[in-house]
Amino acid sequence: MKVGVVTFPGSNCDEDALLAIREHLHLEAVPLWHKDHDLQGVDVVILPGGFSYGDYLRAGAIARFAPIMQEIAAHAKRGGPVIGICNGFQIACEAGLLPGALLRNDHLQFRSMPVTLRVESRETVFTREASPGALLTMPIAHGDGRYTADEATLDRLEGEGQVVFRYVDASGHPTAAANPNGSLRNIAGVCNATGTVVGLMPHPERALDPLLGSTDGLVLFRSLLALTKA
Amino acid sequence: MTAQRTPSSASSGARPRPGDPTITPALVAEHGLTMDEYGRLERMLERTPTFTELGIISALWSEHCSYKHSRPVLKTLPTQAPWVLQGPGENAGVISIGDGLAIAFKIESHNHPSAVEPYQGAATGVGGILRDVFTMGARPIAMLNSLRFGSLETPRVRYLVAGVVKGIGDYGNCVGIPTVAGDVMFDSAYEGNPLVNAMCVGLLREEELIRAKAEGVGNSIIAVGARTGRDGIHGASFASEDLSEENEAKRPRVQVGDPFTEKLLLEASLELIRSGHIVAIQDMGAAGLTSSSAEMAERGDVGVTIDTTKVPVRETGMTPYEILLSESQERMLVVAKRGHEAQVQAILAKWDLVAEVIGEVIAEPVYRVTEGDRIVAEFPGTRLVTDCPQYHPEARESEEAIARRTRDVSAIAPKAEEADPAWTLERLLQSPTIASKHWIHRQYDSTVRTGTVSGPGAGDAAVIRIRGTNKAIAVKTDCNGRYVYLDPRVGGRIAVAEAARNVACTGATPRAITNCLNFGNPKKPEVFFQFREAVFGMGDACRALETPVTGGNVSLYNENPQGAVYPTPTIGMVGVLDDAAHATRMTFTTPGDAIVLLGENTDELGGSEYLSWIHGVVAGAPPHCDLERERALIGTILEAIRAGQVRSAHDCSEGGLAVAIAESCMGDRAHPTGARIDLTAWGTVPARALLFGEAQGRIVVSTAQPEAVLAIAKRHGVPAHAIGQVTAADRGLTITTAQGHVDATIDRLASAYHEAIPRAMARAAAETVTETVGGTR
Repeated sequence: MKVGVVTFPGSNCDEDALLAIREHLHLEAVPLWHKDHDLQGVDVVILPGGFSYGDYLRAGAIARFAPIMQEIAAHAKRGGPVIGICNGFQIACEAGLLPGALLRNDHLQFRSMPVTLRVESRETVFTREASPGALLTMPIAHGDGRYTADEATLDRLEGEGQVVFRYVDASGHPTAAANPNGSLRNIAGVCNATGTVVGLMPHPERALDPLLGSTDGLVLFRSLLALTKA
Repeated sequence: MTAQRTPSSASSGARPRPGDPTITPALVAEHGLTMDEYGRLERMLERTPTFTELGIISALWSEHCSYKHSRPVLKTLPTQAPWVLQGPGENAGVISIGDGLAIAFKIESHNHPSAVEPYQGAATGVGGILRDVFTMGARPIAMLNSLRFGSLETPRVRYLVAGVVKGIGDYGNCVGIPTVAGDVMFDSAYEGNPLVNAMCVGLLREEELIRAKAEGVGNSIIAVGARTGRDGIHGASFASEDLSEENEAKRPRVQVGDPFTEKLLLEASLELIRSGHIVAIQDMGAAGLTSSSAEMAERGDVGVTIDTTKVPVRETGMTPYEILLSESQERMLVVAKRGHEAQVQAILAKWDLVAEVIGEVIAEPVYRVTEGDRIVAEFPGTRLVTDCPQYHPEARESEEAIARRTRDVSAIAPKAEEADPAWTLERLLQSPTIASKHWIHRQYDSTVRTGTVSGPGAGDAAVIRIRGTNKAIAVKTDCNGRYVYLDPRVGGRIAVAEAARNVACTGATPRAITNCLNFGNPKKPEVFFQFREAVFGMGDACRALETPVTGGNVSLYNENPQGAVYPTPTIGMVGVLDDAAHATRMTFTTPGDAIVLLGENTDELGGSEYLSWIHGVVAGAPPHCDLERERALIGTILEAIRAGQVRSAHDCSEGGLAVAIAESCMGDRAHPTGARIDLTAWGTVPARALLFGEAQGRIVVSTAQPEAVLAIAKRHGVPAHAIGQVTAADRGLTITTAQGHVDATIDRLASAYHEAIPRAMARAAAETVTETVGGTR
């Protein structure tokens, strides 16, 4: 399996994602350049975190027009796995690969801290190896992470199992205090209708090494590995 | 090499441009030059300078660029060690950490811009220090900030704190460099003139080290990055004068940052350096194009010629004067190998940035600026930088400092509430200088780059792993300006010793420092005394602890209408852990562990946060600093950590032993513990000095093997005592002294410590602040 990580101008978690795939999954990982139309035959695409185009205009709003995004949309349409992390989640929403939008945090400040997530759906290519209701700890680092959609969409997402992660407290409850940014219904991550495109604000690639405090991000990438075996 | 020599500079072709103002004494004064300095300029040129030349000299001879008052004193600092690859004089210092790897690091101030425009002032401070590090060929891996503000009780200060923190966060977060550590203190001495010092740490392979030295006659000088606009003109001179009410009008001198362009410039610069197409690169920082080109020429001992019409500009009609002195951000000056210009431009184009050839390295020893064919400035040789004036100002200690230092602080009567020392402890934990800075840290991305082993607030210093090795580095900034004010020499020593101790508490060997010397107006004898003595004190400590100075920054004229700030020589320390797995934190982990105090308790209350916060008194001699003892203490803690016998280590600083123990109990709010401490062995030390005095050279350690730790300390000749046990959090914190008990619940201590700053800052959101300097003190 070959994984591609897109570098937009202003991406700053691209290198972390490449290293995560190489060091922790021992898979081939290649950088994909935003100006290219070539996906280099990758099986999986990672839209990494950062501040693509400086987040000017609106987070992810310019990146969706990058040449490489046309190929990624086609890849997703073919059922190819795509994961958008943080800014990558914002880009995926702007590009219409995922439902909803990410607004400025309700307290108007950037937030960098570890959060606890509850896995809400295992029907995605990135969560199938998680145990039901698993609690995962990993960092967030964003200023625009307030997940928003209209009520009807939210109800539909809940009904179809498209809510993948929720912010919860240490005992697994989606309380207001556990919600770091005002996301509706404490939503931290969602997927498309087929579970092949997943987006989340927290950073699983920063939670792979015991030296850094948590290895809970591994399960997302391990789920991906299961794809090769399947 | 055959140098083409034109007639001597005395008959140079520099002539005034049409429309240039006539040089008058008033114009000279406006440029911050004394008439003596102006005379020096005329003698150098052997003629009347042009307006453009006056502007260039005004920037280069500003304190900020020339170090004209500080250089002779700075020369006394130790700068050498076998591991130092680059000492002072470059964009950043560089030390080897083995395995062919090196660390580049530097600290710099952005005090005056932040005083008038906190958001952009702080943001561009971060941008500038990042460029200093990546122009050495290093990839930035960590940022730190040392901040000093007035009392958090005033709306103006809350406005400054909110703006500075957001500015630092927005810039560093966007570029993608984790902000991992720093230090923040509050004291009314900084009212109106906050200190904003930013430090950047970068990693490079030794062979990729590049210097900002123009070389190779015929090589091209290329302007790279953002276009040049009219912003920040005379920023360097602004940084070199006292802040006054009128400074509000100088807000246009503050530059505006664009972290997105910085990120592109970072990637493009590292790619350029690795490409082999360039010989030198330097940030266009203070005094912009002028300073960067003059310094590169001076280091290379070559001449340069620059044509201002070739510089990419943002707006039309800019004069050579404006182009030379603009401090527009995110720009670099590059010297490319002759014939490689197109390759340089291609790399910049990949990152959507501009690169234009604007000049050439020449053999003729001259610094020449043209506007097309017209010569608008021409200085002989490389004397532009080296011929700056130097001063040896008078130094005399102020009577007030002497009076305060010699005051008998033991005579200060305790307040009635202090009958319960738990009350005092709780109050101290609420002091913003001591209280948790989580409100600040949570606005900084501290985990990007997946290298942060210990982030902000977790340990006494931050620990960053070095990928591809088992190693890690530890970094920290420190300086207690109150100590330096009361006794500059001792305060200077303590600043270095505390930074070293903090780094050692994580398991790292302290290796080298960068410093940011924030002082008042050096023409005042009492300020120059502080400066000289503090630098001597730092030198003492750097020699004793083998942590040479690799560079830094001097920021003078930190004054407001009420006088100078506390003298604050901020230390940025870098240490190395051979095994990242040894990284040690400050909080207790395991009930049942023994608590060992390394070092000795003494009767020293002078200069303490206790006196300042509880009694409003800044007086007494700061604690004694025995450098040989500090060295032995560092040896002890490092040996104990490496032997696997330490579960936590935390040094005693502001607030003393009781605060250090309380922080070890509840610093990590999600994983609190309690502690039971017995200090009755120190019956001769008054309880408040024992609990809250700030005796130096002490570390609180928790360990499962107290005997082993005590034995190591004994071998190093360091006093050590088992003083208690870690308990479950619900047992609270109890400290028994010969004169009574501290008895407090962990919840109470934790809410005092963790909620003080959020509570104060919650008020900021609702406030509208009149934006004037000074104002509220």
